[in-house]
Amino acid sequence: MFKYLFAKNEDIPAGSAAIFFGFSSIMWFIVGTGLGSFNAAKLAFPDFVYGIEMLSFGHMRQVHVLAVILGWISMAFAMAMMYITPALGNTKLWSEKMGVWNCFLWNIGLALGLFLLWMGVTSGREYSDLPWFIDLVVIFGVLFPLGLNVWMTIKTRRTQGIYTTNWFFGAATFMVMIVFLVGNSPEFFSLTGLTEAYLTWWFAHNVLGLWITPVAAAISYYIVPKVTGNPLYSHRIGHLHFWSVVVFYSTPAAHHLMSAPLPEWLKSFASVEGVLILVPAIAFVSNLLLTMTGKWKMFVENVEIKFTISGVLMAIPLNMQGGFQQTRAINWYIHGTGWIVAHAHLALLGFSTFLEAAAVYYGLQTLMRRKLYSLALANFHFWMLLIGFTTYWISMTIAGLIQGAGKIYEVPYIDVVIAEHPYMIARWVGGTMVFLGNCVWLYNMWMTARVGTAIPAGRLPHELAYER
Amino acid sequence: MAFREYKIGARMFGIAFGTSMFITLYMPAVDIANVSVTATGLHRQLSFGRMGGFGYEDPLLTGVNKPVSVVLKSDPKSGQPIEATNAYVYDAGVPFPNGLTHPRILGKGPSELSNTKGKIGEANNATGAVFIVREVEQNGEMVPYIENATATRGWMPSATLAKVSEADRFHVGKGKIMFVREGCWWCHTLLPEETQDWQYFGAPPMLGDFNGENPTAFGSDRKAPDLTHVGSRNSSREWMTLHFFNPRLVQPHSIMPRYDYLWGDVDANGRKINFSEWYDSYDQYAAGKRIYPPEVPEPAKDSEARALIDFVLNLK
Repeated sequence: MFKYLFAKNEDIPAGSAAIFFGFSSIMWFIVGTGLGSFNAAKLAFPDFVYGIEMLSFGHMRQVHVLAVILGWISMAFAMAMMYITPALGNTKLWSEKMGVWNCFLWNIGLALGLFLLWMGVTSGREYSDLPWFIDLVVIFGVLFPLGLNVWMTIKTRRTQGIYTTNWFFGAATFMVMIVFLVGNSPEFFSLTGLTEAYLTWWFAHNVLGLWITPVAAAISYYIVPKVTGNPLYSHRIGHLHFWSVVVFYSTPAAHHLMSAPLPEWLKSFASVEGVLILVPAIAFVSNLLLTMTGKWKMFVENVEIKFTISGVLMAIPLNMQGGFQQTRAINWYIHGTGWIVAHAHLALLGFSTFLEAAAVYYGLQTLMRRKLYSLALANFHFWMLLIGFTTYWISMTIAGLIQGAGKIYEVPYIDVVIAEHPYMIARWVGGTMVFLGNCVWLYNMWMTARVGTAIPAGRLPHELAYER
Repeated sequence: MAFREYKIGARMFGIAFGTSMFITLYMPAVDIANVSVTATGLHRQLSFGRMGGFGYEDPLLTGVNKPVSVVLKSDPKSGQPIEATNAYVYDAGVPFPNGLTHPRILGKGPSELSNTKGKIGEANNATGAVFIVREVEQNGEMVPYIENATATRGWMPSATLAKVSEADRFHVGKGKIMFVREGCWWCHTLLPEETQDWQYFGAPPMLGDFNGENPTAFGSDRKAPDLTHVGSRNSSREWMTLHFFNPRLVQPHSIMPRYDYLWGDVDANGRKINFSEWYDSYDQYAAGKRIYPPEVPEPAKDSEARALIDFVLNLK
């Protein structure tokens, strides 16, 4: 990687930036899930490790969250953008060199930011925990170069139209910069009180709604038609998805603070808009599942489709929960409980991770022109992720319902903690399975790079038979 | 121009996204900016200081450059006994909270009174100041305001601190930093949930209770009791000390982490704390080989544990 930082743009092989991003994202995924597993162990066994400030739960929880969001998910997005955008425009990435620098600075900046966070240097705001100077690095050193590369690649494309995936990529890279700039303004300008609280959740909501969800969906709009060979079922429904994300997903931020003394009109408005999130959700899921028509055997046989369609299917419970749990009728019962933790993991570890994993699997094989080293290990990874996540999700949902019942029946809090204990152990087991599966994944991709069967020019990885 | 055929789309995107931002950012901002601060809000921001998270005055979140909350029982200038008064002592150089430095935060009524009657405009960062919260009746409503007691009564920060006994000093500003840094708010919320929760954990906060506070650290993922009014439910410093050192001493089923590392190296009497010996004795106690747990050392006056306990006891 380092030799390309100062090479001429023409001398850098196409796809280098995407490959670096791909491997970086897997490594951050291992770091993030490893921290998650460690944290979960502490919730199940509070005396697991003690007496060391740096290893206390309160210092590590936010590092887990941001390592996964900014390391794994966002780097996998960058990887996908750097090979899908040019592929859909029948062109090369606008600047491969900027892509390599982007990856380099991203890793450095994130490592620095997470180290500071780990030490306790935090803004004290959930999801926007990073202190403001790291936020500036993220905006101008990480997100802007990424966006510029995507926009210029779309602009210099050699196709007439712009495919659905690239609308999402182009818009989401713009919107996420706005989200970071506005969402962190309480730190830049020392805004206080309810404005600070509202903007914290405005950021948290929109980084999910205008960055993670649309980009993950955009990836599957590419992977499913490309691998199955079926054209996208409907571009009209793709339009509906895109526009309803921009209009409906950007507005319900206040539904995260239904119990705060925010203006009532804002909470009601957010709640109604929150239900309307079902519009892009249904458009997306139905479009992808209908694209699969006639190719459902690939759901069993092909690892990328297996990951992608699992992610798409998980978008159904995700959005059914997300649309309705924020209404006042349900929110008072489950807000602040483990149910929400389960829901957040359904969004990030279920829905979006499965879509990104497919993009990384597919992209690394295509770019390195190497067939996957072992299908068995890939299937093992898939099932570790799926069973691990499901264990986590079910146990935390039950724990959340117990907490909700404890809350409304005014049960002494310690009894709720006792009742949750078995589910905390189950959550730790599930999270650890995800972590171990990812370690296997990194090994599999590393061996793919070294000894994978070479893919002849003009062929796609899944067209080749496995040799082992 | 390759984007030409997408001209309409790009404009529509601008309109859609812009409208969404107008409704979710501009309209609430105008609405929230018109909220006047309550007395609770004034007490909160004066006790916490400018920033509860990362800030230029305390970049490593060690709790420096924060105000001290005190309970005054005599006038620091004349020495005459007065009714117990909560005062907030800002030593020279400690940044004032945002409500004092920003014109819009307190809201119209409190802002006017704080400037005319409270003389907050005369507060000088170089010499420090002592603030108290006062209320007057205006049009049948009690309006709170900040009084700069250094200007109105001649209470100097150092003289005020000298008059206050150790028991009446609360390092709430430093404690809030500890609360944020140690991630207490990952499990304990500072915002009761709706309906039934209000009966269990106390009254929900009012609209103006947070003006001037940053971060509010409401928390969202509640694995432990709400702390909005914890100081009213449990005001025992001794219980808090045991509970922070090792929560299992007072609540065997608690899953809260031990915060014994906040004690630092020495206890209140300057003796070195032998942690490994304490852990060994505690393990024996937990295994049933000892009847009593080992003694928990009293936190030193300037320890982080003391500040955190002060903060929690002052959440009323």
